[in-house]
Amino acid sequence: MSASNTTTITSIGAPNRRNTELALLLFAVAIPTYAFADAGLAKHGSVPAGLAEYGLGLGFLAGIAHLLVRKFAPYSDPLMLPIATLLNGLGLVLIWRLDQEPSITTPQLGGAMAPKQLIWSALGLALFAGVLVFLKDHRILQRYTYISMFLALLLLVSPIFFPARYGARIWITLPGIGSLQPGEFAKIIITVFFSGYLMVKRDALALASRRFMGLYLPRGRDLGPILVIWAMSMLILVFETDLGTSLLFFGLFVIMLYVATERTSWIVFGLVLSGAGAFVVGSTEPHVKVRVQDWLHPLALQNGGVTETAQSMYAFGSGGLFGSGLGQGYSRLIGGIAPKSDYILATVGEELGLAGLMAILLLYALLIERGIRTALAARDPFGKLLAIGLSGGFALQVFVVAGGVTGLIPLTGMTMPFLAQGGSSVIANWALVAILLRISDTARRPAPAPAPSPDAEATQVVRTQ
Amino acid sequence: MNKPLRRVAVFCGLLVLALLLRVNYVQYVKADQLSNDPHNRRVAINQYKQPRGDIIVDGKAITGHTTTTGSDFKYKRTYTDGPMWAPVTGYASQAYSTTMLEGVEDKFLTGDDDRLFFNRTIDLLTGKEKQGGNVVTTLNAKAQAAAYHGLGKKKGAVVALDPRTGAILAMASTPSYDPGSFAGNSATDEKNWLALDKKNDPDDPTLNRALRQTYPPGSTFKLVTAAAALQSGKVTDIKQATNSPDPYTLPNTATKLVNEGSIPCRNASLENALKYSCNTVFGKLGADLGLDTMVKEAEQFGFNKQQFVPVRADASNFDTKMSPDQVALSSIGQFDTAATPLQMAMVASAIANNGTLMQPYEVDKLVAPNLSTISQTSPKVMSKPLSPDNAQKLQQMMETVVNSGTGTNARIPGVTVGGKTGTAQHGIGNKGLPYAWFVSYAKTDQGSPVAVAVVVEDASANRDDISGGGFAAPIAKSVMEAVLNK
Repeated sequence: MSASNTTTITSIGAPNRRNTELALLLFAVAIPTYAFADAGLAKHGSVPAGLAEYGLGLGFLAGIAHLLVRKFAPYSDPLMLPIATLLNGLGLVLIWRLDQEPSITTPQLGGAMAPKQLIWSALGLALFAGVLVFLKDHRILQRYTYISMFLALLLLVSPIFFPARYGARIWITLPGIGSLQPGEFAKIIITVFFSGYLMVKRDALALASRRFMGLYLPRGRDLGPILVIWAMSMLILVFETDLGTSLLFFGLFVIMLYVATERTSWIVFGLVLSGAGAFVVGSTEPHVKVRVQDWLHPLALQNGGVTETAQSMYAFGSGGLFGSGLGQGYSRLIGGIAPKSDYILATVGEELGLAGLMAILLLYALLIERGIRTALAARDPFGKLLAIGLSGGFALQVFVVAGGVTGLIPLTGMTMPFLAQGGSSVIANWALVAILLRISDTARRPAPAPAPSPDAEATQVVRTQ
Repeated sequence: MNKPLRRVAVFCGLLVLALLLRVNYVQYVKADQLSNDPHNRRVAINQYKQPRGDIIVDGKAITGHTTTTGSDFKYKRTYTDGPMWAPVTGYASQAYSTTMLEGVEDKFLTGDDDRLFFNRTIDLLTGKEKQGGNVVTTLNAKAQAAAYHGLGKKKGAVVALDPRTGAILAMASTPSYDPGSFAGNSATDEKNWLALDKKNDPDDPTLNRALRQTYPPGSTFKLVTAAAALQSGKVTDIKQATNSPDPYTLPNTATKLVNEGSIPCRNASLENALKYSCNTVFGKLGADLGLDTMVKEAEQFGFNKQQFVPVRADASNFDTKMSPDQVALSSIGQFDTAATPLQMAMVASAIANNGTLMQPYEVDKLVAPNLSTISQTSPKVMSKPLSPDNAQKLQQMMETVVNSGTGTNARIPGVTVGGKTGTAQHGIGNKGLPYAWFVSYAKTDQGSPVAVAVVVEDASANRDDISGGGFAAPIAKSVMEAVLNK
């Protein structure tokens, strides 16, 4: 061993795990392709016509993404891209499979959804590529702290000017393009704002506080702006009757505040506020009241008919341990487009069984774990806050949606990231993964090699034996 | 910042753990309950995913199936002579569930029964579709036709049993319905179903009167009272005069019990009392025997208990707490006494079978799709309400009724027939049209092959015309003939 090696990090040969990513990507493309063939065989007795195109297309998109990661974020986390690809691919197969049910694929319901979702997924990957190529360093986002605040608020307010759909006012309709859920994008942008703001203010929030009833309360001037933002977003969301996004934003806010200040009092504060908020909304808003009743009595009949909630419970229960097999379940009984969007997990539960559903949940868990690991590894406070905000928000979304559909908590109108039908969701989540990859690339990048030291060279001892 | 980050990581882990526990609860712990919930449409979809097995009478299927399109359900049930067989088959409707044999043997007919597990496994391995098993009944098509057509447009029911085994040979109920008319789930099916509802049709055609309707048995119940008198030893010689006033004043009351018309009932012998159907004699007998003896004998015949054939039959009633005057009225089939047609057929069959009551049943065997017999019903003794001696005495009395009493309409040349008529009053102050009853059996050298109970509740007939002998006996006769000529 050469004595000159005084540094522990070398600039060459550090494992960047890109080949691991490539190998995992092969599985992430092969599994949905196989699932597609399986669903086609079950539904029509033949391999679906577009199988080769689908497999090659998914492989092509994943390959491009992989090459871009190799070039622009070579040290980034190797698991996130394969997991996102696998979930997105499986989502497409599930939507295609549900498209084969004529009763829920009528023109009134928008016809077949899978082709559109494929286009949205491609757009999502394009945004993913854009973020990787143009966002050289995540700390650039810090410059846009206050612009992010205004942009997020604008996105949150915009659906008020458009008509409500399915009881929630969370869509904006653009003629010729379709409808968008701006809340999905606001989720990322408001995280940028929280990170930038909290990074600057965290010392003030943590240290300059008053003790009140055993809790450390920050000074009003530090807390003021953030409380105002929170209250405004809450008001907007309550007004738009979208409980899920409201819960997500609030949880995100509390998590980031806690991480920034390291003060447990924030959690108490947050729980009190959210409890009060949930109670007030739950007891006043009729739309939410119905949801709570459905949650308490999932199998109750409504006007003699079986409710959506009950139908999804029946789908889960009928799936059992191993499921009926793709294409052989009856989750279409839920009716409407809900089985493709909010209730997509019911199809997973019925057709892939408890085993398949747990596998999907564990994939989400793994993605969240990689995000939190990135936050731990990040070296700058802004990166830490942004990474924990994005992955914590993702975790909350998965919990709120999966918990709502399986009856753990009242159902709220949000979609399962990557899996469910919906353009905004898939695009926004690809962007989210891209930002996390960017942070992890910075975090895992080896420190630059120290400048060569002429002294060390001079005193080098050479063994000749 | 790493300490709170780790805590957030634990928190996220707990969220995922909660989800995993929840999905295990829903898809494992609650799976059976949810997948078998009656509101879960998958239950019905699976029921009609493959052709149902058939219900078979005399080697011929009385059910069938046809494929349907435009709905969740692939196969629809069809029925041959639906209205005639409805009390036996019940219905299997995509929209309105199942009843009677279709309901009781549903799992076997769909092929989901555990006893068909082996067949299902073989089908799975050979790639065949799941198949339903067949239910072979004990019914006799000719007897059933005689019963159903005998009732015709009248309201009523017929049950015929083989006294030697308890096998049900005929079970008719009118007015009936066609179970095939609402077997699907279309708008037409719904319309037909609603039209049959009791609210829209006061005749309640879907009611199985043979098993699920109890009627006051009237004079036919005197057979039970006579059996009690013989079994208790109160009467040993059926030709000996009894000590019976006419009219008979009910115990501890001033109410006088009289007979219908002027018939020789004062101190009549048991045989003559049955021949002329003397209320006074049997009322007094019942009161003298006492509540306990009467209850015991009635319950030996099957009263006060639901029967499962395997379709459930309502319990017939003989009150267990009564004053002596009520016992007297109950002993002539009035007061609260009520019996299903099946129950009265059981009474006749026990007498015909020399005192041994066989458990009634209508399913002979269950046959797997590969025609192997999965289960065979073997006749079982239910009770022995009469000793053979006493049974023969009672047979002699019932034969007298047919030969020279009120039941002459049931006479069949060359065959020994015993019977008993009944005309039961009902309604407030007995203003309702009475029910006509006739119970009988026929006997050959090989014992008695058939016992029948017929009840006719005919609202369109004159009050005077309704009598067991006039209305019900000819139906019983044609049913017995159908069985004998087989």
